[in-house]
Parts: sequence; C-alpha cells; structure tokens
Amino acid sequence: MADIALHSPLAGAATGPVAHDLPEAGPRDYWQLLKPRLMSLSVFTALIGLLVAPGDLHPFLAATSILWIAVGAGASGALNMWYDSDIDRVMKRTRSRPIPSGRVAPGEALALGLFLSGISVVMLGLTANWLAAFWLAFTIFFYAVIYSMWLKRTTSWNTVIGGLAGAFPPMIGWAAATGTTPLEAWLLVGLIFLWTPPHFWALALFVKLDYHDARIPMLTVTHGRAETRRQTWLYALALAAISLATAFSAIGGPLVLATVLVLNGMFLAYAWSVYRRSDADSEADGHGAEKRLFKWSLVYLFAHFAVFPVQILLGGW
Amino acid sequence: MRVEHEMHIRRRGRNFGLLAVLLAFIVIVFGLTVVKIQTGGFAEAFDHVSRPALVPVEAGQ
Repeated sequence: MADIALHSPLAGAATGPVAHDLPEAGPRDYWQLLKPRLMSLSVFTALIGLLVAPGDLHPFLAATSILWIAVGAGASGALNMWYDSDIDRVMKRTRSRPIPSGRVAPGEALALGLFLSGISVVMLGLTANWLAAFWLAFTIFFYAVIYSMWLKRTTSWNTVIGGLAGAFPPMIGWAAATGTTPLEAWLLVGLIFLWTPPHFWALALFVKLDYHDARIPMLTVTHGRAETRRQTWLYALALAAISLATAFSAIGGPLVLATVLVLNGMFLAYAWSVYRRSDADSEADGHGAEKRLFKWSLVYLFAHFAVFPVQILLGGW
Repeated sequence: MRVEHEMHIRRRGRNFGLLAVLLAFIVIVFGLTVVKIQTGGFAEAFDHVSRPALVPVEAGQ
C-alpha cells in the first residue's frame, strides 16, 4: 500500500526545519492544531441540536456541554494533524501548519489530541449524560481512526465518509439535552452528511488542490471531473430529499418548509448547471457555476440549521 | 539575585495560556458541582441509622 510508505508522522523532526531555528510554539499554534474552523461548524450544529431538542437542560450545563463537544472536535483535529503531518508537508495549503512547519513536535500533537479526547468525553458524560459522551467518543474515533488513518488514503469516497464525522455534532447536542437520539436527530446528521460531498466537490472543481501530489485519492483524480460533476448533482438530489423530510418532522413547520424550498431550489439549480457543463465551459467563465454552488452551500447549511430554533419558537405544525 | 532561565522567558506565552486554561477548568468544574447539587433530585447519604425510605412498602399498608 503506497500510503504506508508515505506516512511517517514521527519523522517530522528529521525532514522538517531544525527546531532551534524556529520560534517557540505559542498558544496560537496549539489552537491551530484544534482546527478552529471545523470546531466552529461543530459548535454551531451541536448548539442547534441542543436548542431544538425537547429537553430542559440547565443553561450552564448546556453551555458547558457545547464546550466539551467543541473540545472533542478539536481533539480529533489534533489527532488528524498528527497523523496527516506527512501529507501536510507535501501540500502547499497545509505546509505552514504547526507540525510540518516544525513549531510543534508530532508527539506533542498526539499527546494533546489523546488528552483532550479523554477529558472531553468524560466531562461531557459528567455534565450531560453518557449517551452524548458515547457519541462524542465515537465521533472522535471515526474521524481520527476510520477516516484519517484508514479511508482517507485508500478510497475516493473519503469525502463522503469523512463527512459523517462532521455530521454527528447536532445529534450529540440533542443527546446532551434529552438523553435520546430520535429520528429528528438522525435527520440532522443526514443533512450534514449529504451536504458535505457537493460542498467539497464544488470547491475541488475550481481550486487546484494538490491532493494528487500527496497521493490522496480524491474523486476528481480517480474518477475524473465529469463524474465529480454527476455525483455532485446526485448528492444535491439526495440532500433535497432529506431536507424536505426535516420540514415535515417534529422540528419542522411552515417556516422550515418555505426556507427548505428556497434553499434547495437554488442548490439544485446551481448543482444542475455544474453537472451540465464541461471543463472547457467552466474555464471560460472562471468557474462561475462551481463558485456559485460553493458559496450557496455555505448559506444553505447556516440558514437551514438557523431556521429550526426559530420554528420551534413560533410553534411547529 | 535570581536570574530567570531563558526557557521561562521563551515559554512565557505558552505558560500563561496554560494557566488561563487551568483556571477556566476549575471554574467550570466548580460551576458544574453547584448546578448539579442545585438541580439534583433527592439525595440520601448513608449515616449509620436505619432509613425507612429504603424499606419496601408491604401490601395493605
């Protein structure tokens, strides 16, 4: 397996810059290890899950539960950075991260990731309940081991499967509030799970990502760009279906339905235009359709999740 | 006069960051304890005397 030959997270000091030539790692470097942008997505979706769940968690416990979910997400980010430090060194986009740049030793990142994983799971269990703690532990395991260590380097469906790890936070928030994970919580998981591939593939179609140099089997490389366009459209269809299902569920209502119709109408229109054109068309207009789909996907996720608590306040069906 | 070690100067930012995190953790655990006690249900500790609440109620009583 080619991945094994490439992978060597502990070899950073040997190939990276000499440690004494570099500035001392500061709090910002450790903060970067936690992947704050991914953490913010987890915080937002977990908060929505917690707010729309029919629970009555004390506000302090709710706030600290969100904090521990964020710490857990950060822990999985640190473990991912530790394991991926070899490929981060190869790609331009990730070369300045704390480990490949030599500011943080791989062992430090591993220790931080393991410590934060343990403390976030235990503290979420003590703060909320052990079902939420279990799903947080599972999410960390899934992202760090199943995705980062195994599937990311072996299958072109890594984007789809990796998306599942990012999809769990709203369900963890729901479990923290109620101690249960009913259908509505799983619909929120499904929403992020099906949103991730078209969001990421739209980006991959207009940004020159150097995954190929790092030997990561991305769909654009393994199956071609035309197939990536087709898959983007198919996932947009599946996303619309599950999005409509949320509108008719216990967390839905007229406002959610109206929002969902607008969001998915635009998403499908943009995904269709991405599917129907060739790379030559795309180059000619500076990847206009792909950029529109990517930007709309950001609006889509934020607006879709934000509308649920508003609907709960107004009253559902 | 005690001379500050060069490493302590270099790692000042990191050490203050860690201090802030540890203080925040103490505040969170304290707050968690207070809230759990305030919102907790009836708690009865073992105090070496018989506790009628533990004795099952017999039929007809």
